[in-house]
Amino acid sequence: MTTLDAVPAKPARTGSRAWYVFRSNPLAVFGLIIVTAIVLIAILADFITPYPEHLGPIGDFAAMSAPPGGQYLLGTDTIGRDLLTRIAYAYRLALLMAVVVLVIAVPVGVVVGLVAGYMGGWVDYLLMRLTDIFLSIPPLVLAMSIMGFLEPTLINGMLAVTVMWWPWYARLIYNVTRSEAREGYVLAAETVGASTPHILFREILPNCWPSILTKMTLDIGFVILIASSLSFLGLGVQPPTPDLGSMVADGAKYMPDAWWLTVFPAIAILLVVLGFNLVGDGLREAFETEV
Amino acid sequence: MTAVPPPVLAIRDLRLAFRGAGGESEVLHGISLHVNAGEKVALVGESGSGKSVTARLAMGLLQGGRGVRVSGSILFTGIEIAGGGPEIARLRGTRVTMIFQDPTSALNPTFTIRDQFRRVLRSHNADLGAREADAIAEAGLADTQIDNPRRVLDSYAFQLSGGMNQRVMIAMALVSRPALLIADEPGTALDVTVQAATLKLMHDLTEKTGTAVLLISHNLGVVREFSDRVYVIYRGSMVEHGTTGQLFRDPRHPYTRALLSAVPRIIGGGLPRIPERSPEFASPLVVHPGCGEPGERRAA
Amino acid sequence: MSAILEVERLGRTFVAGAHTVRALDDITLSIERGECHAIVGESGSGKTTLGNIILGIHAPSDGRLNFNGIPLPDRRPRALRRAIQLVQQNPLSALNPRRSVGASVRLPIDVHELRPRAERNARVVELLREVDLDPRFARRPPRGLSGGERQRIAIARALAAEPELIVLDEPTSALDVLVQARVLDLLGRLRREHGLTYIFITHDLAVVRAIADRVSVFQRGRLVETGTVAEIFAAPRSAYTRELIGAIPVVTEEEARLRDQIRPPATTASAA
Repeated sequence: MTTLDAVPAKPARTGSRAWYVFRSNPLAVFGLIIVTAIVLIAILADFITPYPEHLGPIGDFAAMSAPPGGQYLLGTDTIGRDLLTRIAYAYRLALLMAVVVLVIAVPVGVVVGLVAGYMGGWVDYLLMRLTDIFLSIPPLVLAMSIMGFLEPTLINGMLAVTVMWWPWYARLIYNVTRSEAREGYVLAAETVGASTPHILFREILPNCWPSILTKMTLDIGFVILIASSLSFLGLGVQPPTPDLGSMVADGAKYMPDAWWLTVFPAIAILLVVLGFNLVGDGLREAFETEV
Repeated sequence: MTAVPPPVLAIRDLRLAFRGAGGESEVLHGISLHVNAGEKVALVGESGSGKSVTARLAMGLLQGGRGVRVSGSILFTGIEIAGGGPEIARLRGTRVTMIFQDPTSALNPTFTIRDQFRRVLRSHNADLGAREADAIAEAGLADTQIDNPRRVLDSYAFQLSGGMNQRVMIAMALVSRPALLIADEPGTALDVTVQAATLKLMHDLTEKTGTAVLLISHNLGVVREFSDRVYVIYRGSMVEHGTTGQLFRDPRHPYTRALLSAVPRIIGGGLPRIPERSPEFASPLVVHPGCGEPGERRAA
Repeated sequence: MSAILEVERLGRTFVAGAHTVRALDDITLSIERGECHAIVGESGSGKTTLGNIILGIHAPSDGRLNFNGIPLPDRRPRALRRAIQLVQQNPLSALNPRRSVGASVRLPIDVHELRPRAERNARVVELLREVDLDPRFARRPPRGLSGGERQRIAIARALAAEPELIVLDEPTSALDVLVQARVLDLLGRLRREHGLTYIFITHDLAVVRAIADRVSVFQRGRLVETGTVAEIFAAPRSAYTRELIGAIPVVTEEEARLRDQIRPPATTASAA
């Protein structure tokens, strides 16, 4: 006798709502354009750079320290390697590094935050004090200290950055978890008898994705910045591998005469950090806005 | 024919629409209501009926917002405020005041009650001295039957109970002897005994100050106890209007009837089966004899 | 009539900073199998604390609970977590916004393995029909659903566990009156059909009158009065119960007369 209620139309998925807000934000769209361009350059470096052979230690000795223009759009470095090509490959390396660091650091941080935030008590205390210790050391100093024990290589540089990155996610997810744990659906799952892993990973974690995604996007730029700083200090990637930070460091000696040696790599760093920052901010606004 | 004083609030054919992601949606479809001086009028509806936005429009609070479109007329003491503007901004807080559902969160947590009173009083009269303001505030609180007004003045909102904060809010709203008080679901966040006391207080105090009241509520029992006339609103349209006696003794619109029969009775007998939705609820406005908007007198 | 739940001299003390709060004190009460027992009180009465202790969310400080004659331990084993379920007050927060309605309703079935995997979704459809919701609700997220629909989903989830006792903590307080009427009607029907026992926590005495069999009145952590609904309304023994009845906002003159007879002699309005 009772009729069943008709189903209201499905709401737009979180993704499409967020996209609507995102694309209405001119700065975010601008950032997205920059990021897309950089990613494409990095992926297609083999095909679109004019001098892929300059990747190694051999350059065009006839055109050492050539200023920008003509054959070499952004100029060449002290051993005649095309700056444009090397910057493109440096982008590839930087992005790869950022991805690897985040792929390791984020799960570690997220798990620590979830467990500490939900369990409370001594587990919370222990894990969050550990997190606080890492967070209290300035990131670059921590990375440098770690590199002090290790040989300066790409892998070790990535390791150092990973070790100092996870605590930020731990703290972020800790805060989100504490707030979500008070929600009715968590109480409902507990009352029903769901296990703690279920509550952490199937109930609370899905509500953390917007925060995680936003922060990861913002972080790509910062990881690249820290990695560049390490290699600027000679602690990261070694020559002849192209790296933006090393390029800035090496070129600094020749300022202001061969200005292009420092300025273009520096602008390249600026662009990638700016681009991901704008996209990250746009994402944050997009996820927070109720449409 | 004796001249009838103009109503304190006269809303005529008010429409409100919001523009959002999916286009524009109309929330109020041309509603009319009025409140005469000293009268207590209730606007009853469920959530989503448009009663709260009507209250806010009457205070000039929604006009000018992004994506907000308002048409129609809102006359407050004869002044047109449907488009917002500096007039209503000046009158708000002094000639027309509002009290809210949750008293503790409506008060500023970083200022003492004394400070907040001073602000309210000074916005009405900038030259008011501190001691004078405090004396008026104390008298206002004493009117709400608070035993120790000075202690309350020295306190912060979070130190006081919900019921106490509700009294403070009522005192602040009436201290400037406004022409109209808009009460948006007062007491809903309070215990039922405290709510009953609060409503009685509001009733007595507005009688004393001669303030008209527009009560926004979803609770029919509260409306029955408090108001002289009632408007029932459903999904942005008025559906019934009458005096309290008329409406409760002889509800004519299907929606009003459904609402009344859905209220649990203390006499017992369980609950009748009522549809949650029905096309009949969208039937046109029913106006009881003797009621009707100014300029639109309807025959019985 | 056997008692499904017995509360014996139950007490609960909270420490909040420098203060010790006695949220519940010496509560003795018996819930009959199959009844709808209302727990009524205002804020600070301890009614929600009692509900939480019955659900096993908090442990009592004193006294104990017997369920079907057996003492309830502080840490509940899984089987007991199935037998006592909860419907909460706030429908907006009771469903995980990132899981489909079907996944939320299916949770108890998954946790307690009440059906073979292949049959679980069909069972969810069955449960949704029982609460008068189209099965297609299962695939969508809770976003955009009304309070009434969400509450019915929460009820379906509680039913999914095939419980014996359901604690309902102000289940209709956040709902409009028409929606409330529908949900209360549904709750009544489900109780009869499934032989459930309800502990219905509320501040609204009018709702109690409409749907409960017996009622216990709480004030500041103490049990003030208990009896059948008819008894309590016809001849309330305690002044507090009279005060509660006297404050009910009624909608008819007949009720107003009845209420005013019960109401205690005029008190000054300094109750706040």
